[in-house]
Order: sequence, then structure tokens, then C-alpha cells
Amino acid sequence: MSVLIYAENADGKFKKSIFEAVSYAKAIADQNNTNLVAISIGNVAAGELAALGKYGAAKVLNVSNDKLKSFINQAYASVIAEAAKKEGANIVVLSNSFSGKGLAPRIGVKLEAGVADGAVSLPEAGSAFKLKKTAFSGKAFATVELTSANKVISLTPNSYKVVETGGTATVEDFNSEVKESDFKTIIKEIVKATDKVSLPDAELVVSAGRGLKGPENWGMIEELANLLGAATACSKPVSDAGWRPHSEHVGQTGIAVSPNLYIAIGISGAIQHLAGISSSKVIVVINKDPEAPFFKVADYGIVGDAFEVVPKLIEAVKQLKAS
Amino acid sequence: MKILVCISNVPDTTTKITFTDNNTQFNTAGVQFILNPYDEIALARAVELAEGGKGTVTVINVGEVNTEPTIRKALAIGADDAVRINAKPHDAYFVAYQIAEYAKANAFDLILTGRESIDYNGAKVAGMIGEFLDIPSVSIIKKLDIDGTSATVEREIEGGKEVITIPFPFVAGTAEGVAEWKIPNMRGIMSARTKPLNVIEPKEIKTLSEIISFETPAPRGAVKLVPADDAAKLIDLLHNEARVF
Ligand SMILES: Cc1cc2nc3c(=O)[nH]c(=O)nc-3n(C[C@H](O)[C@H](O)[C@H](O)COP(=O)(O)OP(=O)(O)OC[C@H]3O[C@@H](n4cnc5c(N)ncnc54)[C@H](O)[C@@H]3O)c2cc1C
Ligand SMILES: Nc1ncnc2c1ncn2[C@@H]1O[C@H](COP(=O)(O)O)[C@@H](O)[C@H]1O
Repeated sequence: MSVLIYAENADGKFKKSIFEAVSYAKAIADQNNTNLVAISIGNVAAGELAALGKYGAAKVLNVSNDKLKSFINQAYASVIAEAAKKEGANIVVLSNSFSGKGLAPRIGVKLEAGVADGAVSLPEAGSAFKLKKTAFSGKAFATVELTSANKVISLTPNSYKVVETGGTATVEDFNSEVKESDFKTIIKEIVKATDKVSLPDAELVVSAGRGLKGPENWGMIEELANLLGAATACSKPVSDAGWRPHSEHVGQTGIAVSPNLYIAIGISGAIQHLAGISSSKVIVVINKDPEAPFFKVADYGIVGDAFEVVPKLIEAVKQLKAS
Repeated sequence: MKILVCISNVPDTTTKITFTDNNTQFNTAGVQFILNPYDEIALARAVELAEGGKGTVTVINVGEVNTEPTIRKALAIGADDAVRINAKPHDAYFVAYQIAEYAKANAFDLILTGRESIDYNGAKVAGMIGEFLDIPSVSIIKKLDIDGTSATVEREIEGGKEVITIPFPFVAGTAEGVAEWKIPNMRGIMSARTKPLNVIEPKEIKTLSEIISFETPAPRGAVKLVPADDAAKLIDLLHNEARVF
């Protein structure tokens, strides 16, 4: 028995959300008195792979098959499930990223494993395998029990701390037999805004709503976000109106985020918006209406006009950086 | 072109979520149930693609008789017929298996789901159907165009998008951008009453997971207000007190 973690790379590097998932998987391996094996698919340098040992992986399986250079959901799921079988891993952990969301259910079916998607806690101690996940779009948590022998868990980014245990992992090549029928999809193009912090796993988020009046006023929002190293987000009406792209829309029908800091500017705080952001650790609200519902769920707030307050915040951040 | 759209019946987005029976059951008292908003987008796109005799749209739901108003709503939006698998949707594995079994017997070119259901948010059903049928699945798409017997879709990725082509048959989970929400018109509502809704019994399959209990997030303390003319104070508090940057 062992625990297998799929370490997804982004352009050959591992992101913090992967270190979180490796640390989390290590804790599960410890709970079960077993070791942690990582699997990486695609082009990642040997040093980068061995560094997963810092977070508790004893061994890293490296899949560098040319056909698997870019993400093909079906083929990756086959490789990961095959590795789980070969390693005798009955628990597979992934990060609940966009790719993770595509993989977890397929691996679940292949291994006849119950899937805990969007996990936010370690399994509880005890004989039943129970853990907490988000439900009702962030309005609640559910404790789910996986009753199957095999288990798949996808971890919500930013919900488990990175823990360095300090080892180096051994790296082994893993040659997987790929089947042709797993390669029906063809990637035509990948478009990425490389200068932007990606929203789903951002630690800091600056978000704005209809109170900003129009797309031409987002300059100050982007400036504040850039200074803080934060991702930008928006409310639904803002993306519906085309002021901002749909990929920035957070809430019940958008992306659910759980950053360390969520700053909401000119957003009223409708229940559907709050659903997607309520697991943020610290919430700041800037709204000219003191009755705005958002203040009820905020940790810090300013009652004021965004057009006056935001430039002052930008100045203050600049000063902090300079000091 | 035969399209199957998987629909779920979920609490309205304005619902205040509470629980009963010692936090083991979702409290449905006074809750209005709706067609999952993402499924509605999938359906809207399916209806557009099938328009003008180019195809047919079947909606499928795994649920008990109480989901029928939601199924009728889907028929009013423009589905041609509906199937209800008469069972409580135990877990995603159970639901996906039932849908896959139905799809096996009825050869669909395209199977659409929502990106996730807004109650249990698994985002699992699409991938599981894909695996049961051994066909491709794409998790979250924001654009879907058909060209003969294949499709071009845009998949959401961190910080951008991926443009992919996929041959029929495949499964995809749809999000905003794929279509606009459609409000059913009077003709749709009238015709929905007479469109076929077939009820079939589930097939036997294990369940692999079970929800044991629920909780709501811990309430936050009172908001700390900073005067608007002293905005710099806020940055100071975030840096030194909350220590978020
Ligand atoms: C099925 C469904 C799903 C939905 N899903 C989502 C979702 O996922 N995400 C989401 O966000 N919404 C969602 N909504 C919409 C939601 O109900 C609200 O309508 C929306 O969140 C409001 O956006 P807003 O706060 O930007 O705009 P408004 O409600 O118009 O609020 C604007 C706020 O800005 C403030 N303001 C105005 N001028 C200034 C200024 N100069 N300075 C400071 N503050 C100012 C106002 O006081 C007000 O509080 C959904 C709705 C439905 C029906
Ligand atoms: N009981 C159900 N019956 C039919 N389709 C469902 C059911 N539950 C979920 N789905 C579909 O699967 C998608 C993803 O659901 P989930 O995996 O629960 O997040 C939904 O958007 C629906 O399209």
C-alpha cells in the first residue's frame, strides 16, 4: 500500500498548489503508516522532480513520453491509474485544478474509487474514511465518506499549508504503455496571459463590481492587483456586460476562490456572489453604501467612494513597498 | 446529430442553506428547486445546435418524481424529449453509470453536462460518463462549435484557455460563454406539456461515497471599519495585523 500524488506541472514548474497537495498527501501517507509516491507527466527537469522530496515524496515517477508532452485528459488518467496499480496505491491525490477536475472522475471510475472532490481537510482519524469538502458553492461544507477500497481525493488550492519535511526524492522513469484510443482529442492552441496571476489558485484577489461604472475604470483595479501580486476578479453582471472576461467571474455560477485575502470593491454582496468567496481567509469591502450586505461578512471595510479610496490604497501600498 | 443533455435539480441560487436532523439532511423546507444554471447553458447550446432540423436534443435526469417540474422546464426551453431514471442520485458514480448505460443503448454524438451542479459541486459526472463509455471528456468548456462530425471547444485552464478539436462522440461540461441562458416562450411552455417524458428504472451499481453530515462556515467577527479619509490605515492593518502581504 502507498499513496500516489499526481504532481501537475505548469510549463515545467510546480506551483504552490502542488506543494500543498504533496504536503497533504504526505500527511495522509503518515496517517496510514505508508510512503508517498509522486507521479509527474511531461517535461520537468530532474532537479525540480527531486525537490518534491522536500514536501515528503519518497519517490517520483517521471513520465516523459513524447506523446504525453501536453495534457490529454484520457491518456493522463490512464497513466495515473496504471501507476496507482503498479505501486499498489489505494489513495490517489490530485490538486483540484482545471486539469485535476478532468482527471479525478476518470481515475475514480478506472480504480472503482470513491472521489472526494474539492477536499478542504485531512481524513478524520478512525476506521471510516471521512473528510470535509465544499458544498453548495461555498455556502456549506459536507463531510463525505469514501466507502470503496480505493480512493481519489482532489484538494482545493489554498486549503492546506505547505509543509517542508526536508528529504530528496529518488526519481525513476515510468514507462507507460499508452493506447491509441486515448488520443482522440487534439490541442490546437493554448492561449495564456502569462503576466497575470491565475485566479483559481491566487493567494490575493482584488475584485470589483458594477460600482465601478464601466470597463474604462479598471485601470486602478489592475494597478492595485499588480502592486500586491494579486489576481483580478469581478462580479457576474460585470462579465455579463463584457466589461471583464468570464474567466474572472466569481460566485455561485462562476469560479469559487479561497484566497488569503479577497478585496471587494463596488460589489454589493449578493448571496450568489458570497457563495464563491466565503472561504476566503480575510475579506475586505470597499463600498459607498454602509448598508451593502457585503459588510456583514467582511473582516475589514471602508465606507467610501471607490474612485477616491482605491487611489489612496495604491499610494499606501507603494509607500509600504518603498519602506 | 443526437445530443444528450444531463440535467440536475438544485436549490435556487438565492437559497439560504440550512440543515436538519442533526446536520445530516439538507433542509428543503421553503426551498425552490431549479434547473442547475450550468445545465441550462448546456441545454441552450444544444437547442441552438439542433435548430432547423440539424439534430435532436434529449434531456436526462437521475431523480425521483419531484424533479419533473425541472424536466418540463427543460422541455419548454427546447429539448425534444426527456428521460428520467427513477432513483435518488446517490453519488456521482451512480448517476454517471445510469446515464452511461442509457447512452450506450441510444448512440448519442454529443453528451453535455453542466460544469458542476451548484449543490454538491462535484464536477464529476461528465468525466465519469466519459470513462464508462471510453470516450473523451472535457471538463470545463466555454465555447462549443460543431463541424460535421467533430467539434472545436475552448477549455478553461489556469490563466487562459486551450482550443481543442474532438471527434464525436464525446462528453463535455459547459460553463458560461457556451450560450446565453434562454427564457422559455409561451409556445415552448405549452408544447412541453405534451413532449415525451420516459421514466425508466435504474440499473444496479455500487455507490462509492456517501455524505455523512453538513456544516456551514463559521460566522466572522464584526467588520472593522476604517475611515475613508484614512485609507492608508487599511493597508497597515492588512500588513501588520492580518499579515496577508
Ligand atoms: C442564477 C443567478 C446566479 C448568479 N450568480 C452570480 C455569481 O456567481 N456571481 C455574482 O457576482 N453574481 C451572481 N448573480 C448576480 C447577483 O445576484 C448580483 O446581481 C450581483 O452579484 C451584483 O453584482 P454587483 O455587486 O457588482 O452589482 P450591484 O448589485 O449593482 O452592486 C454595486 C455596488 O457598488 C456600490 N457602489 C456604487 N458606486 C460605488 C462607488 N463609486 N464606490 C464604491 N461602491 C460603489 C453600490 O453601493 C453597490 O453595493 C447571480 C444571479 C442569479 C439570478
Ligand atoms: N441527478 C442527475 N441527473 C442528471 N444529470 C446530473 C445529475 N447530477 C449531476 N448531473 C450532471 O452532471 C453535471 C455535474 O454535476 P456534479 O458532478 O454533481 O457537479 C451537472 O451539471 C449535470 O449536468
